[in-house]
Amino acid sequence: MRIVIIGAGVIGCAVARELRRYNADVTVLEKENDVACGTSKANSGVVHAGFDAVPGTLKARYNVLGNAAFDRLSAELGFSFKRNGAYVLCFSKEDEPVLGKLLEQGIKNGVKQLEIHTGEQIRKKEKYVSEEVTAGLWAPSSGIVSPYGMTIAYAENAAVNGAEFKTGKRVDDIFYDGKKIVAKCSDGSVYPADLIVNCAGVHGDDVNNILCEDKLKITARKGEYMLLDKTAGGYAHSTLFQLPTKMGKGILVVPTVSGNIMLGPTAADVDDKDCADTTFEGLEEAFSKARRTVPSLDKRAVITQFTGLRAHSETGDFEIGFATCRQMYNIVGIESPGLTAAPAIATAAAEEIAAAFGLERNENFVAQRKAPPSFAKMTDEQRAELIAKDPLYGKIVCRCENVTEGEIVDAIRRPVGAKDLDGIKRRTRAGMGRCQGGFCTPRVMEILARELGCDVAEVTKNGKGSEIVVGRIE
Amino acid sequence: MKEMICICCPLGCRLKVYDEGGELRVEGNSCPRGARYGVEETRCPKRTVTSVVRVEGGDCEMVSVKTSDAIEKAKIFDALALLKGLKVTAPIEEGSVIVRDILGTGVDFVATKTVRKKQ
Amino acid sequence: MTEKKNLVIIGGGPAGLAAAKAAYDAGERDILVLEREERLGGILNQCIHNGFGLHTFKEELTGPEYAARYEREVAARGIECKTGTTVLSIKDRQVTAVGAEGLKVYDAKAVILACGCRERPRGAINIAGCRAAGVFSAGTAQKLINIDGLMPGREVVILGSGDIGLIMARRMTFQGAKVKAVVELMPYSSGLNRNIVQCLDDFGIPLKFSHTVVGIKGKKRVSSVIVAAVDKDLRPVAGTEEEIPCDTLLLSVGLLPENEVAKTAGVELSPVTSGAVVDDGLMTSCDGVFACGNVLHVHDLVDFVSEESERAGASAAAYIRGKSGGSDHVTVSASGGVRYAVPQKVNRRGDGPIGFKMRVGRPAKDVKISLFCDGREVAFRKKRIVTPGEMETLSLTAEQSDVLRGAHEAEIRLTEV
Repeated sequence: MRIVIIGAGVIGCAVARELRRYNADVTVLEKENDVACGTSKANSGVVHAGFDAVPGTLKARYNVLGNAAFDRLSAELGFSFKRNGAYVLCFSKEDEPVLGKLLEQGIKNGVKQLEIHTGEQIRKKEKYVSEEVTAGLWAPSSGIVSPYGMTIAYAENAAVNGAEFKTGKRVDDIFYDGKKIVAKCSDGSVYPADLIVNCAGVHGDDVNNILCEDKLKITARKGEYMLLDKTAGGYAHSTLFQLPTKMGKGILVVPTVSGNIMLGPTAADVDDKDCADTTFEGLEEAFSKARRTVPSLDKRAVITQFTGLRAHSETGDFEIGFATCRQMYNIVGIESPGLTAAPAIATAAAEEIAAAFGLERNENFVAQRKAPPSFAKMTDEQRAELIAKDPLYGKIVCRCENVTEGEIVDAIRRPVGAKDLDGIKRRTRAGMGRCQGGFCTPRVMEILARELGCDVAEVTKNGKGSEIVVGRIE
Repeated sequence: MKEMICICCPLGCRLKVYDEGGELRVEGNSCPRGARYGVEETRCPKRTVTSVVRVEGGDCEMVSVKTSDAIEKAKIFDALALLKGLKVTAPIEEGSVIVRDILGTGVDFVATKTVRKKQ
Repeated sequence: MTEKKNLVIIGGGPAGLAAAKAAYDAGERDILVLEREERLGGILNQCIHNGFGLHTFKEELTGPEYAARYEREVAARGIECKTGTTVLSIKDRQVTAVGAEGLKVYDAKAVILACGCRERPRGAINIAGCRAAGVFSAGTAQKLINIDGLMPGREVVILGSGDIGLIMARRMTFQGAKVKAVVELMPYSSGLNRNIVQCLDDFGIPLKFSHTVVGIKGKKRVSSVIVAAVDKDLRPVAGTEEEIPCDTLLLSVGLLPENEVAKTAGVELSPVTSGAVVDDGLMTSCDGVFACGNVLHVHDLVDFVSEESERAGASAAAYIRGKSGGSDHVTVSASGGVRYAVPQKVNRRGDGPIGFKMRVGRPAKDVKISLFCDGREVAFRKKRIVTPGEMETLSLTAEQSDVLRGAHEAEIRLTEV
């Protein structure tokens, strides 16, 4: 049984891992140079409690199931996860009934420990929250995670268990060849399979629509974010939502697992599914709306901005299951709470596929992933020990985040290792601090070139065409 | 008439230099240094040129160089062209000549950095 | 793992080396300089242009030459310097440092912060657009060219006309790139006139005042930037946008003292300079912790860094010998067009002449920089012109310094003459 997964976002990587619990060959095709390059790298990183989704939907079901899986999963796969709790903030007395409705909806969905707090109660916990806030819904089971950290962890564990990851493979055609369904990539390579699992994110409709009668429509919904320096980390400890609107959960102020604060996202439907540009208006909107939650937010603390594209299905719910064309399984329209739902979706999809094809259990599956060492998070004793084993861990490359050469080399050599600057950044945080790579970029380029055996002028930011420099000075 | 910004101090006076039958007259200056600058910059503007040259077998990739004296502004790019494709071998002492007698000016490109041999 | 040292200097750039030399000359022998890069000299190594040292050495040197002079001074004195060593934290003058040979704690009697500054990145100025390759801070581009021998781009727009931006315009031109424009948000440049003339005018590079970059386009690599005029509140004016095709955007939008290590020590920082608040001996709010050079406040000339750092070195040496000024200070505030003045406080029990370094908020002509003590003008200096890009100084005589030490309050003020 040969399975080809299209897309190496959090869904593709999680499904790859869960499918390797069974005896099937798994290959993941990713158009970008790395895993976690689309929606999975640019979202709020919130593990939602599950009160938002309409009861009875797949979103509601997998949200609550997924949320419950995070404690075990983060320990097993070694990624950062914190149950920091979330507030949905209400800014006027008239709107307070909406909180009650959310609470009821949450209870229906199976969310536990929900409570309504008064403005005073909230400000006791979160002292920077606006005086305007009259009440809020408190959801202690809400959490935060590094979305790319989680995706990379899934990918590595999938790879260690035998899944193959092929990057730079944009699937532009799918056809049947006898018994096989074949994915054909833009570089001419072909991947025949018994089943294609469509995890193509915002391009999920394109993949489905090649062969399927029932056409899907996925709209890319752009969300712009601002990231604040760690010095601004005290602005919020829990995730601070505003009352939701029909376009989404509104602008939030959310801490990251690394101690930064993130503002956003905006929500605007866009035509270009590959355009992750930020806009002047979008950034202004994200900031001014976030300021409604925390009025003392300071723009000078902003260190970077980014855009994420959510895959919004016109049905409004996740589309999961065997497609209308044969030998294809769709997992599309995975917008919020997709990250939270990913573990539960992947488990359920793998079970359904295994049952349909009569796959046997893979007895050699190893669920544990050994997380890479993080120098910044260690005690001095642990650091000394690590340097004694490998002196490269004594060489600080990124001074803002205290990332060592040892960690960078490890990030390149690991399964599904980093191949470019962005890959290093997402795996080690080198270049993610307040100077945004100003000092470490040349050094990281040098290490990448050495480890990958290429010329330093060939090192890219995120794959071919994004070379950092245009050549050598001769 | 030639217009220029005086670089002698942060005032940055806008100078006008008139050629009056070979005699240069400067207007717009606030001090005598400005007048001198205006004349020199019109007669024969000169610049010190700095760049880098690739090193082989050194403890760094490039060695920085400068012209040992200012050269005529008009010759800057011809001088830089002499460095193109040039490779020097470590060790290099600060002050050592990298290119002798640039374009017959008598000025050399000299190293501004000591490069040791790669260990 | 712990080693005792009298004086630990963090940073082996121009500030750290000058401080080490001066501390030695003031009689201190137990000195250790910690430098994170593999070479001493700091940022001067990549500043290959000339123009350094006119004040200190009365000649025009390039950055590497200026650094080498101090390196030789430090080597001649046998001062120990550890390169490839990064300081992680300071607590009660216990300096934790890490290098390939391991993690080490230095128990110091005095510490000098000389860690320099860093550039403001794109994120800090909120330019919208793509995240393609080809956006560099000017200093990163400078390092790529001058140290690594790599060419950052071929068609360039530079945002910011500070000296680094101007120097890079010429540098990129020398390496065959086409610099399409230098764009400056303010109606004036914070760079030296000399650099505007010799780095831009010499090569016909346009300098657009009161303009900014409002957008960056490109998929994998920058393909163009959008430049627009700004109004008097520095906000982009709709309808003035111009698209400039280019593959590279260099940012020269300001420097910030790098005080991450200072923060671990609990040093009080000034919101204006982003550096430490210091007394006239350049001691911070933490006893025995000194600061000098660009980590204290961003300087325009390295000569001033050296001078200030030599003072810090001598002062630290005196502190180690047991000569402490105590904690009785006169606060010196800055007002009337003076954005800040360093030192921010003066030790009442100190001695010797005091000097101030300061920056103004905006350009002004025919002004007087005065020190007022309890409302009385004690010292002044007249200037034909002051600009935000140039650091101003005010040096007091011994008598004037004594008046200041006896004052209740003091202020440095700019007045028109």
